[in-house]
Amino acid sequence: MKDKRPVYLDFGTIRMPITAWTSITHRITGVILFFGMAVLLWALDTSLGSAEGWNAVADCLSGVLAKLVIWGIVTALIYHSLAGIKHLVMDFGVGESMEGGVRGARLVVAGTVVLALLAGAWIW
Amino acid sequence: MVRAVTSFGRSGLSDWLVQRVSGVILLAYFICIGGTLLSGVDYEGWHAMFQLTSMRIFTLLALLSLAAHAWIGMWSVSTDYLTERMLGERGNLLRLAFQIACALLIFVYVIWGIQILWG
Repeated sequence: MKDKRPVYLDFGTIRMPITAWTSITHRITGVILFFGMAVLLWALDTSLGSAEGWNAVADCLSGVLAKLVIWGIVTALIYHSLAGIKHLVMDFGVGESMEGGVRGARLVVAGTVVLALLAGAWIW
Repeated sequence: MVRAVTSFGRSGLSDWLVQRVSGVILLAYFICIGGTLLSGVDYEGWHAMFQLTSMRIFTLLALLSLAAHAWIGMWSVSTDYLTERMLGERGNLLRLAFQIACALLIFVYVIWGIQILWG
């Protein structure tokens, strides 16, 4: 690793292909999930504590804001999972070409939209 | 020459493998939890499920996988963006602060999870 090599990384002028967008989104959803895990652990803690706790979590999740937060976390989880599965598939040498990469990225986005809508329908 | 002193396994190849194994474990766990919730479980069923030793072990495995997975992920992100090249001198300080905060949060998650399971 030579640190002194020049680097050109001006995100303002670089046109990112879909593969780059899905890659950065994989990272963003990972960061969201890392902090969102606090919400999930709170829900697990409270819901397992007592029947009142279970009802309290259910009550909380009847609010619009809470539903949006949970839907956001679930959608991030769906996207991160699908993108992760794509990584595993590519590790086995499948879809490593430029066309394969674009196709994989589109599949991840399409799969996320479908599953996120289903998750949204289930939450509401 | 070891440069990556803060990476999880001190080796990119090791981190690569740990990231995949922990990812598969987490995927299996979330599918298990998702399936349970979709089945319309009530408090009794939910509570009983987490009384099972097998479920507690699975949950602990998922928690430890999360710790490794999150560290490797947060490390990758912070060493790419919170750097001297991207942010100047303060990049190094910011990265270190961010990594310490992440390590602390991971520690809290693991202890909290154990408390939930066996507290």
